[in-house]
Amino acid sequence: MGSGPSLAHPDAPGKGVFIIPGEDGEMLVPSVVALDANNHFLVGNAAREALLTTPDRAIYSVKRLMGRGMEDVQQELKLFPFHLAEDLAPGEVLRIKLGGRAYTPPEISAQILRQLKRNAERFFGAPVKQAVITVPAYFNDAQRQATKDAGRIAGLEVLRLVNEPTAASLAYGLDRKQNGTIAVYDFGGGTFDISVLKLKDGIFEVIATNGDTHLGGDDIDNLLIAVAVEDIAGDLKMNVRERPEVVQRLRRAMIEAKIALSSQESAAIDVELPGGVRYQRTITREMFEPMIAPIVERTLAPCRQALRDAGIEAAQVDEVVLVGGSTRIPLVRRKVEQLFGRKPHTELNPDEVVALGAAVQAQILGGGSEETKDMLLLDVTPLSLGIEALGGVTAKIIHRNSTIPASATEQFTTGVEGQTSIAIHVLQGERELAKDCRSLARFDLKGVPPMPAGLPRIEVRFLIDANGILHVSAREQRSGKEAEIQVQPSYGLTDEQVESMILDSFDNAEQDLAERQLIEARNEAETILTALRKGRRSEAWTMLSFTEQRKIEGAETRLRQAVAGTDHGLVRRAIDELNQATMHLAELMMDAAVGGALRGRNMETTGIEEGPAAPHPIGKAEFS
Amino acid sequence: MRAEHFCGECGHVQPASPTDYFSFFGLPRRLELDEAALEREFYTLSRKLHPDIYSRASAREQAWSLEKSSQLNDAYRTLHDPISRTEYLLGLEGIELEEQSKSATEKARAAGVEKKQSVPPELLEEAFELSMLLEEAKAGGVDDDLRAQLVSTRQSLTARLNAMHDELRAAWKQWDEGDSAATAAMVDVLNRRSYLRNLLREINEVLNS
Repeated sequence: MGSGPSLAHPDAPGKGVFIIPGEDGEMLVPSVVALDANNHFLVGNAAREALLTTPDRAIYSVKRLMGRGMEDVQQELKLFPFHLAEDLAPGEVLRIKLGGRAYTPPEISAQILRQLKRNAERFFGAPVKQAVITVPAYFNDAQRQATKDAGRIAGLEVLRLVNEPTAASLAYGLDRKQNGTIAVYDFGGGTFDISVLKLKDGIFEVIATNGDTHLGGDDIDNLLIAVAVEDIAGDLKMNVRERPEVVQRLRRAMIEAKIALSSQESAAIDVELPGGVRYQRTITREMFEPMIAPIVERTLAPCRQALRDAGIEAAQVDEVVLVGGSTRIPLVRRKVEQLFGRKPHTELNPDEVVALGAAVQAQILGGGSEETKDMLLLDVTPLSLGIEALGGVTAKIIHRNSTIPASATEQFTTGVEGQTSIAIHVLQGERELAKDCRSLARFDLKGVPPMPAGLPRIEVRFLIDANGILHVSAREQRSGKEAEIQVQPSYGLTDEQVESMILDSFDNAEQDLAERQLIEARNEAETILTALRKGRRSEAWTMLSFTEQRKIEGAETRLRQAVAGTDHGLVRRAIDELNQATMHLAELMMDAAVGGALRGRNMETTGIEEGPAAPHPIGKAEFS
Repeated sequence: MRAEHFCGECGHVQPASPTDYFSFFGLPRRLELDEAALEREFYTLSRKLHPDIYSRASAREQAWSLEKSSQLNDAYRTLHDPISRTEYLLGLEGIELEEQSKSATEKARAAGVEKKQSVPPELLEEAFELSMLLEEAKAGGVDDDLRAQLVSTRQSLTARLNAMHDELRAAWKQWDEGDSAATAAMVDVLNRRSYLRNLLREINEVLNS
């Protein structure tokens, strides 16, 4: 689940791991969600278009809002075109206004996950119910919980949350099969992570991890947009700050320029502004690099801290792996090479390597294939877990970089005679004072047997599971009674809220599903019927026997009838029938195309559109 | 004697029973240990106990695996590091470390009480000099001269800290051979080490701000 693109990935035992494409054939699904005119959700490339036309009905980089409150996102909101609900209280989960309703970040993320789920179901032709979802290593408990909630709302059982750098190392490890120390530098759209791992005989042991969940390619984009906005205000005397559609147009242009600058020395920008005026300028690498240098510099301190925590020098790292689209920037690569004193690995596609790794983890969870049977991931919790103690200080109970699952037990007692509940405030972070740490949750231990003050002995057990999520249980030792715990998650959804969101989406799901399946089936039918029309006009048609031609025509009629109806199963069967009937025709057309190519004729005159390498709509014709 | 992690007959994970970290790994209570062998055992047990292996098992087995693997990780983390291993063993033997410890500091702070500070004699002079430097820093900020002095003090204190590891290993040998006088020696090293680390922390706070 990226701030930038998200990917779906199948786990098919026996096959290698690979990426599956979306409906539009693209591998990457931009993490953009929008509402169309009918208040239906659009996800991915379609939603990205909506950003330009109706930016107030679109959301991108929702990952940056997960597990966060109003106080945290003030800076980012300035450049985001969407708006928060007005009545938000501090500590409350965010709500974003979209088309007359308000949605929480997990609900928005769930839309993206649903889309990925659909892509996977299309590929397999079967329901997909479970998922492994990746998160930044530096995500705190609230952010992880929000991601899990998003999965549930999308109708997926989240088998495991995997840290992104660790996932990347799995993909890399599968690829290389070498022991040693690896540093994974993961610079994505919204977050930065650095992880130091030890690989030994298939065990991937994370030694230390660090990062910044508020640092990514988005910050570079925002910087460029700010420059553009200032340019326009200065040179063209136009204030476009209040015009979200214009800002989005600028954003798209700046992102394209940024990408171009990774392989070119300069990039030209040409954006149409209101009134027919154009904003035109060229950005060179010479201008670009000093601009973004401070942002890149911010990634180095977490790297140094992680190395210190791991107890090693930069030079002792055997391999450095780059992950995330932002690592394509030459300046970033130079800085990383400087820090570690060696060239980082870039062979694996930095956009895809995390999804590949997640698929490997899914294979491990599924019982392992031949390749993965000796592999095991040992990850760590990135932040120290503490409890607020008297005087507002944090008492650390589980230290950062502890291998998970990890646990700690603390004793509590009452301060007042007859007290039946104890309030506990759980925090994450490294600072001394509670107010400087991240509030995870407040627990109320209820059902403490009434006794004189100081007598009850409550043992509270904190357990961080393999997902990096905290579970708490408590027992009064004398009576052996299990205390009841009521959780108020900070910036999160309660179980009830998630349940009702699942039901909400479920009510629509059944109907949605049938509708969607019919639409998809009809689309496929249209494709094959169009191809058949062309096929009819080709020479190959004349080479078919009379019987074959009649058979095709019969199947075609039945397909047209099915398409006019509402039974998607019927449409599918009719498609299959027509496919079968046209197989010989397809072969003949292929032969003609190849023959034609050899004789110098082009594709059009032979009556087919796509080249031989593409999956042909009329029949199965593969050149391998 | 190794703790029973798996049922001898059916091979399934057994409920975690409270056990000390040494028995968890089937190790005797000795301070010197083969760290490479410990790591191998940790990996072997991880492959058998980790929740990932049980993701398709019954809910009960999953819960036990979660318990067991958290115990494994806690045990490894404690035994793997020489200092925490020493502290842990001393704790098992019922020996309290002096109130220089971090948890004691936290306890004291939490209770709003001044913690007891006894300065190790050989560090008296350096501690005094350092507190002068730190006062200067707090009053007038850190100029290049002061920075150089602080860095040099940090270096010499760090060297002392590293030297303590050798002292500790010598004490281990004694203890493992059954010489109980070694206990006092180890407690002393740990206390002095703790004090040194506090000093270094203060220097770093000033230098990094």
